[in-house]
Amino acid sequence: MDTRSESGTRTAEAGAMSSQERAASAPDPATPETERETGEVRLDDDEVDDEVDDEVDDEVTEEVETTSAVDAARRIAADQPLIAVQGLVKHYGEIRAVDSIEFEVRRGDVLAFLGPNGAGKTTAMKMITGFLEPDSGSARVCGMDVSRHPIEIRRRIGYLPENAPSYGDMTVAAFLDFIAEARGLDDRPAAVARAMARTGLESVAGQVIETLSKGYKRRVGLAQALIHDPEVLILDEPTDGLDPNQKELVHQLIANLATTKSILISTHILDEAERICNRVVILSQGKILVDSTPAALVERAPGHNVVVITFDGDVPERVLGRLRQHEWCESAGMLEDGRLEIRPRAGQNRLAEILSAVEDQAVRDVKVREGRLEDLFREVTKGVAA
Amino acid sequence: MSAIGTSASTSTDTSTSTGTSISRFVGLKPVFRREFRAYFASPLGYIFIVIFLVASGFLTVSRDFGRLLDLREASLDPMFTYIPWLFVVLVPAVSMRLWAEERKTGTVELLLTLPISLEGAYLGKFLAGWSFLGLSVALTAPAIYQVARLGDPDWGSIVAGYLACLFAAAAFLSIGLLFSALSKNQVVAFILAAAASVIFLLIGLPEAQDAVGSWLGGYPEQLLGSLSLLDHFERMTRGLIDGRALLFFVLFTLGWLVGGMQVLRFTKTR
Repeated sequence: MDTRSESGTRTAEAGAMSSQERAASAPDPATPETERETGEVRLDDDEVDDEVDDEVDDEVTEEVETTSAVDAARRIAADQPLIAVQGLVKHYGEIRAVDSIEFEVRRGDVLAFLGPNGAGKTTAMKMITGFLEPDSGSARVCGMDVSRHPIEIRRRIGYLPENAPSYGDMTVAAFLDFIAEARGLDDRPAAVARAMARTGLESVAGQVIETLSKGYKRRVGLAQALIHDPEVLILDEPTDGLDPNQKELVHQLIANLATTKSILISTHILDEAERICNRVVILSQGKILVDSTPAALVERAPGHNVVVITFDGDVPERVLGRLRQHEWCESAGMLEDGRLEIRPRAGQNRLAEILSAVEDQAVRDVKVREGRLEDLFREVTKGVAA
Repeated sequence: MSAIGTSASTSTDTSTSTGTSISRFVGLKPVFRREFRAYFASPLGYIFIVIFLVASGFLTVSRDFGRLLDLREASLDPMFTYIPWLFVVLVPAVSMRLWAEERKTGTVELLLTLPISLEGAYLGKFLAGWSFLGLSVALTAPAIYQVARLGDPDWGSIVAGYLACLFAAAAFLSIGLLFSALSKNQVVAFILAAAASVIFLLIGLPEAQDAVGSWLGGYPEQLLGSLSLLDHFERMTRGLIDGRALLFFVLFTLGWLVGGMQVLRFTKTR
């Protein structure tokens, strides 16, 4: 008997390996090493909040913040969320664009916002960056309330807005220098050079942005978001318009950055979310429908762990009956091409029991299907969108 | 992207400088520098300067308008008289793109999510536009040499005239900036700004004031007269630095700037 893996299917062993690999590759949000590397001071949560808010109350009236004081107070423990969103609501007229969403993103997390067009992904990102004021609820970045400390928050965030806007009349180097100046960076030439190296823009440094291809423009947007080495990265469709090679490089970049930062991305590309993110939030009509890991979502996807067996010869009815009597068996039946399909309940892995049930038959081939994020996405969003 | 995998944790030296006080106008300087350079990044800035100089020169010496050469007086009044009318058309051309373009291309979201304040960005753009207009006005300086050849000019009047031009430019620019913040469409912003500028000029004309006076009475006539840009401009070009006229221009400009900031706060996400 041969158990093979092909597109959309896997062997039982391959599936186990895949899960292990995912677990191993998922960044640990609070390793002691990370803490040491970033030189962070661990403070009690309440202490941080109280100190910060008391201090800031005095400052807000004048809208004058002393960066050093705020910096000292804002150092946030490595295991605290760098982004914390609570009950965020935003209306556009009668439309509730974002509807009481709540989530946290910790250091080392790469969280993907998935959702159909108009789901509220971009609106939520705009509120987290302070560009939009929420109607109610709050967003905290690095322990600070976005509404109360917009300037300080923006220093900590690298933001790539939707469509990667930039000043088309400037050269790439001049544009990045402007961003570095606006961000108050001390060594602007070094910061610009580093951002260009990270995003592969050296060859077009002197070129006017409006003459660049869409892919290069997107990279310019990424470079400006990274130029100050922010703790929090918010990227609205970072790979939109990039060719497969460029996408791969951006994925690598995000994976490298993820070890020390919180990254929030929105994407329509489900494979991308599955590959580079360790958390996925599915939004629809402003509501969070799912907040989980890609691996867990794949397991929840329709068709996960469905076993398809090809026999030499016909399958006796008693084999089907044997399978159907199991409680875990949702359905077992013949496909049009003569293969047997067994669908376990809730995506359970029942390969061993299935093979045992057909051991007296001449089995030519066994395939175990892996769930697809796309299928789950369709399933959870169709009810809301309808 | 050869060096795309560079470790992020090693670049702590790029972090923002601490201890810097963040004022309400943070970001003014970089925005000013960018915007001022932007005028010269395309032919539009140069075209504006050429049109302004040719038009002001023509109006100054033309026998139908300023008649500078015919009068043979050592005075720049013939030039200053027509500057506000030129500004009505040309200043909205300078201001129309300042926010409308940002909103249309989406760069307003990039700009206002940088660690700069809306006030800093707004004033940075205003000062860039004002500096550009100031440069344009300064390029009329050869006219000073010309009148000095005709006789002994009243230098106080010339200084006051140039000062009046600068203040009038600021006033018209602040009007244009508000309408640029109001509309994503640069043409609409231009038309609205030009229309508003014309109104604030026309209400200073005796005919307009008489019409208002006969229709609404003396008090509205006085009120409108006190809001006239032309009236205050002419008062300044008489050679005396009139404190009331100065105060008017400052308050007028500040009013439109503050209003424009509020408009932008409302429209930036729309």
